[in-house]
Amino acid sequence: MSTETLPSEQADAGGSVFSSKNVLRVFFEKWPLAVLLALSWIALLVIIVAFAPFIAPYDYLAISLTDRLAPPLFLGGGWAHPLGTDELGRDVLSRLLMSVRISIVIAFLSTLIAATLGVSLGFIAAYFRGKVEQLVLMLIDAQAAMPFMIIALAVLAFFGNSLMLFTILMGFYGWERIARIARGLALSANEQGYATAVRDIGASPWRIYGRHILPNIASTLIVSMTLNFPEVILLESGLSFLGLGVQPPLSSLGNMVGYGRDYIQSAPWIMLAPSVVIVLTTLAISIVGDWLRDLFDPTLS
Amino acid sequence: MFAYILNRVARAVLTLIIIVSLAFVILRMSGDPAIMILGPEAPPQAVEAFRKAWGLDQPIWVQYAKYFGAVIQGDLGNSMRDGRAALEVVWERVPLTLAITVPALLLNILIGLPAGVLAALFRNTAYDRLIMMVSVIGFTVPSFVMGLTLSLLLAVWLRLLPSGGSGTVAHAVLPVVTMGIIGAAVIARFTRSAMLEVLGQPYIRTASAKGVPWSQVITRHALANAAIPTMTIIGFMVGSLVAGAVVVESVFSWPGVGRLLVTAVANRDLAVVQVILLLIGFTMVAANLAVDLLYGWVDPRMRTKTATAGA
Repeated sequence: MSTETLPSEQADAGGSVFSSKNVLRVFFEKWPLAVLLALSWIALLVIIVAFAPFIAPYDYLAISLTDRLAPPLFLGGGWAHPLGTDELGRDVLSRLLMSVRISIVIAFLSTLIAATLGVSLGFIAAYFRGKVEQLVLMLIDAQAAMPFMIIALAVLAFFGNSLMLFTILMGFYGWERIARIARGLALSANEQGYATAVRDIGASPWRIYGRHILPNIASTLIVSMTLNFPEVILLESGLSFLGLGVQPPLSSLGNMVGYGRDYIQSAPWIMLAPSVVIVLTTLAISIVGDWLRDLFDPTLS
Repeated sequence: MFAYILNRVARAVLTLIIIVSLAFVILRMSGDPAIMILGPEAPPQAVEAFRKAWGLDQPIWVQYAKYFGAVIQGDLGNSMRDGRAALEVVWERVPLTLAITVPALLLNILIGLPAGVLAALFRNTAYDRLIMMVSVIGFTVPSFVMGLTLSLLLAVWLRLLPSGGSGTVAHAVLPVVTMGIIGAAVIARFTRSAMLEVLGQPYIRTASAKGVPWSQVITRHALANAAIPTMTIIGFMVGSLVAGAVVVESVFSWPGVGRLLVTAVANRDLAVVQVILLLIGFTMVAANLAVDLLYGWVDPRMRTKTATAGA
């Protein structure tokens, strides 16, 4: 995408006669509409994550049995509960905001864990080579060979569930891809002049990898983290949907869909609202991730 | 070719041994099964009796050797909840899972492959964009949302199909379609990029430059080469058939292995979980082996390369 937009932009800047009336076009070529929409959605999510308890019109746990299963606005409900209420009369909008918060925070922490784990192991493999590298590569292959959903279910069965364990478990999702990328990039960085130069000056491996190689490969790593993020959201919501992820009284987007499923006949809005948020969120982050990838590193696609 | 097959089979067997051993390690690491089943307040005599009954009072290597011997003989313990053989509990669910996953897989391949190939051949046309837009579904819509949406439309509102349960063909339609659409999207996207990669290769240019008709270039040169990466992803999907069914079976209350896994995890019925893990492990290994052998058949380079590397 960027390879097409950049030359035209330069041509415009270089005194083309069409430059003045193409300002808008140039802008949209640089910032495609889909990317702008995706970024706005992500900005909205960030605001929700930061301020959910203040925005939410009700306490997300407040039960009001007189308001059970009130329909949302688009099905003829009132402004008191814009997205309706659930089987216990809890406000769906308030629950949705809190669920977004939990889901995003889990996905964010997990992605950070996966990135730390992946980069460390990738660097260790690249630094030590030999047997250590073989071991890391074997771990990568083993992780990639088994569907992660199954590994997660097994761990939850064997070790039980807590929010902390669950978040760490999600952090094991995708580390192998990041490790593979980090190792490859570190190996090729080692061949380049700057790494050799700092090594010859006598810099420690920590300094070479942390201060020189890491910043140089950061853009690619950020892209792969961005692409990991929506997949963690899908995994988390899937497990929570099955009742094996985030446990009540906390609520995540998957939980809401899971409980809403029982009311799919009488109150489909309970399940629809979080479903829409999940799809829009994964879509938005994927769009931004693809866009960043094309921007930073067209060779990756 | 024989060395290649031997190499692959040896690796498959090694992986199986690792999986079986890993299951044992995790099972023992997860804490004292006696306490877990009987509860922390159980009287010491009961715990002792339980340990003796399950062989937990012996040294760990004896337990491992016994466990390994038992696994080879197909004895995988009893369901810790209802006392029946865990293998039997799982085995009776397998046909039900196959009944929805195999048609779904066929649907994936029948839709996904042609869609991906056509999208690559008509790259950057409206047709390509349409296919890629639809295939985004496979990556952004979780299967439970897809399943529930289809269920809302076709079962709740239009009342064409049952929304859950099993017994008739109609019950299988929604689970099959849900898995079919999502898998097809994944295969289509993968096939497209594999095809694009191949179409950019010099030998394609050479073939068309020396006068081979374009349709021949596609069928004889492009498809054969794009088949290799595509086979990998299809192999992975075959291997993860049971895994893929976990969520969908739960959405539609389909009593297969996937749903059994969810209830076993929720009840912490470790013997059943372990049998399902081994079953999935075996399927993955078998699918990988099949793909490896197919590689050797499709691509002669693989045979010689791996044979020399393995020697």
